[in-house]
Amino acid sequence: MKQRHKRLALVLGGVAALTVVATLIFNAVNSNMQFFFSPSQVVAKEAPVNASFRLGGLVKEGSLERENDGLTVHFLVTDNAEDVQVTYVGILPDLFREGQGVVTQGAFNGEGNFVASEVLAKHDETYMPPEVADALEKVKQQQKAEGGTI
Amino acid sequence: MKIFTKAYWLQWSSPKTFYPTAGKMIPWFMISGLILTIIGLYYSFFVAPTDYQQGESYRIMFIHVPAAWMSMWLYFVMCIYASIGLIWRTRLSDMMAGAIAPTGAIFTFIALWTGSLWGKPTWGTYWVWDARLTSELILLFLYFGFIALRAAIDDPQRAARASALLALVGVINLPIIYFSVKWWNTLHQGASISIDSAPTMAATMFTAMLLMTFAFWMYSIGIALMRVRNEILEKEKNASWVQELLRDGK
Repeated sequence: MKQRHKRLALVLGGVAALTVVATLIFNAVNSNMQFFFSPSQVVAKEAPVNASFRLGGLVKEGSLERENDGLTVHFLVTDNAEDVQVTYVGILPDLFREGQGVVTQGAFNGEGNFVASEVLAKHDETYMPPEVADALEKVKQQQKAEGGTI
Repeated sequence: MKIFTKAYWLQWSSPKTFYPTAGKMIPWFMISGLILTIIGLYYSFFVAPTDYQQGESYRIMFIHVPAAWMSMWLYFVMCIYASIGLIWRTRLSDMMAGAIAPTGAIFTFIALWTGSLWGKPTWGTYWVWDARLTSELILLFLYFGFIALRAAIDDPQRAARASALLALVGVINLPIIYFSVKWWNTLHQGASISIDSAPTMAATMFTAMLLMTFAFWMYSIGIALMRVRNEILEKEKNASWVQELLRDGK
């Protein structure tokens, strides 16, 4: 075996070993790598009970309610399987809307209500011009009117 | 065929052969980079449509995404050069790795900075510690570490070996950055463009992004070649061919 072949094997072996180590570490700390918990995880009691954590999901369509003070909002965060009721007092980001992703930081009060101290909008990876979005929306409405499922 | 012989490829590992060739290639890369930037920016600002959700602020991505891609790609290329230098002990490979690092660091910084400026209007925050943002920040520190380590050791051979090892250890961060949005919950959205599915963006947006990516790529090659030429002159200043070059005033 030539010296440089030995070094080639060492480099490749080293990177392979490193990959294995990293995989094991990230498997072990998987829950710490998550930025937020989903409503399903909350219902399954995987989220911290008496501590602050982040809850992420979609703002459920038709669930947004604003109180008369103009600052307090209530909405449901859903992952299309489970819903969590969220209350927030403050200014919402521009991209906050029903049906869009959201990540909220907060904790449960005694009554099963998630009180958020911070609300961040989570953007999805779709980019398109408004006309295309309108056309898509029209198709969706039409299908709904015809009673079809999407 | 000449290009299938070992001697053909080996000559390019010689700084003496590479120096003039690199010099001839630089203007081509720089000019095509400039032209692509102009067309790319025109596409980004005038051709690509307004986004249905974000309005105009999404246009930051025409800088952000290509810069982020380049930050990862340049690290990968740097690692390839570093390992070639480690295995075959070619001086030029180490110089190439060293020449790529600053550009990689700059693109990483641009990706973080523009991302932060986009995050404020879109997410409502400049920065969060999610897996994507954190791993990209680690990439910036890896570049800094590589540059610092290479500069800190006086003996060029030892500097090359130590920095190459650091680069190789850091390569594990690349899949982490790329797949972080798939493996874990992150605030950062998933990839709009991937190999296995159609891009989830309008065609003109996609074109603008590709144009900017190639523009950054061409610039990266051009500037890295300029840097490596400087380093060749510095490291080989006692070689007779450099002395001749300086005497002839070229």
